[in-house]
Amino acid sequence: MQPLFLTFKLALIVTAILLVIGVPLACWIVFSRSRFKYVVETLVSMPLVLPPTVIGFYLLIAFSPQYFLGHFLQSYLGVRVVFSFTGLVIGSVLFSLPFMVNPIKAGLQSFPLALMEASYCLGKSPWETLHRVILPNIKPALLTGIVMAFAHTIGEFGVVLMIGGNIPGETRLASIAIYNEVEALNYHTAGLYALVLVLVSFFILLVFYYLNRKPLKIF
Amino acid sequence: MIKLRFKKEMHTPQGKEWLDIDLNIPKGEFVTLFGESGAGKTTFLRILAGLTQPQEGYIEVGGEVWFDSRKKINIPVQQRKTGFVFQENSLFPHMTVLENLEYACGDKKEHRSISEWIAVMGLKGLEAQKPDKISGGQKQRVALIRALISRPKILLLDEPLSDLDTNARLSLQDEIIKVYQKTGITTLLVSHDLSEVLKLSKKVFVIDRGKIARSGTPQEVFVNNDVSGKFKFTGQIIEVQKDGVLNILTLSIGNNVVKVVASDEEIAGLSIGSKVIVAAKAFNPLILSQKK
Repeated sequence: MQPLFLTFKLALIVTAILLVIGVPLACWIVFSRSRFKYVVETLVSMPLVLPPTVIGFYLLIAFSPQYFLGHFLQSYLGVRVVFSFTGLVIGSVLFSLPFMVNPIKAGLQSFPLALMEASYCLGKSPWETLHRVILPNIKPALLTGIVMAFAHTIGEFGVVLMIGGNIPGETRLASIAIYNEVEALNYHTAGLYALVLVLVSFFILLVFYYLNRKPLKIF
Repeated sequence: MIKLRFKKEMHTPQGKEWLDIDLNIPKGEFVTLFGESGAGKTTFLRILAGLTQPQEGYIEVGGEVWFDSRKKINIPVQQRKTGFVFQENSLFPHMTVLENLEYACGDKKEHRSISEWIAVMGLKGLEAQKPDKISGGQKQRVALIRALISRPKILLLDEPLSDLDTNARLSLQDEIIKVYQKTGITTLLVSHDLSEVLKLSKKVFVIDRGKIARSGTPQEVFVNNDVSGKFKFTGQIIEVQKDGVLNILTLSIGNNVVKVVASDEEIAGLSIGSKVIVAAKAFNPLILSQKK
């Protein structure tokens, strides 16, 4: 059961991190007038089109102790990123970023500007306006981002295999364990993992679509 | 006293225009900005509120400089705290009527004034309703209270009545007069409805393609000086019929459709949809009580 536990632990941590960075990032993309934002917008969406192995490959190179960043992290901060759980978190955050940012971005884009301006005219700061007016009104978008980021992290394979490898209890996630068991011809164990992933994903999405039917009443 | 002097480039369907304003508004006055859509009325209010920045200019309200392009002063919208009522519904949809008003309150005194405002504006019993459960007129009443509750220096009304039906509009006009008399707050109303301007304001600025074309009392601006009618109505032409040497105009005035005769000279330059003033003099009308 360890790979399954590890998978859900990773998905939970990654979703929490993505929520914290996704909201300000989406706000900046939508409200900033900087031309640089189109570059950032493109970078955020890159994981949607690239094969996961490409991102995994670059992360592996970037964080590997032979090169500058990895060497710096390992020798000065004592953090090893490649083939560790930390590496999985970093890789998954980057890889699931568009699944969190894009729904929030869409929610913000359809948010009526007059409500924001009304709040400003009442003397409220952008921060207070964000958490008391904007976020409560884009709950369906936030929920979509959370569910998609969580579900997508559960379903990862390529990135985590490249950067995390296959260390039991450390980086062997359910998706990798299935591959591993099949290679070892343990079809029964592989089938068990697969079934749990199918059921869990099904119910997460089912609950999500049911709640999103009446999005404002659930919170 | 509000001193305004600014230039702002506007992009209109007719191309680039400059909104070029230079005027003073005495404290406590009720002023209307009148003009076609796209003339720059809304931009005017937004610049005053701090929601839009002019290219250059100087804005002073009650002795405080809010904007000075030379000295690079630009007080942010939050600190200007103007009471702004938007054209469209701008109530926060996830909050109840009461929560919308509480959001606007700064101190305890303002919180205590909520119930008084609710009573004055006839909104008792609606405190717990969400905005989508109340009528358009009620929404704008709430928006009006929300704009006023923290006692701003100026009240900016950006065509707050334009989306309402005639009855709701008339009663909200009365509420605005009441609010103005109660608070004495300097008020700027944007409107393109002639009867509204005549009813509400003491002073009107007509904005045409970004410039102040005319100003004065509504009477001076809209009524030709040679007419001193005993009573006047503003209406809109809905039909022009030629009948011998005369024309029969069908007008919509308030809720009513009336027919009047007009000479060829009188209707020169007018067409269906034109706004006109119908005035009569040397004539005593009959006053009859209305059957209910």
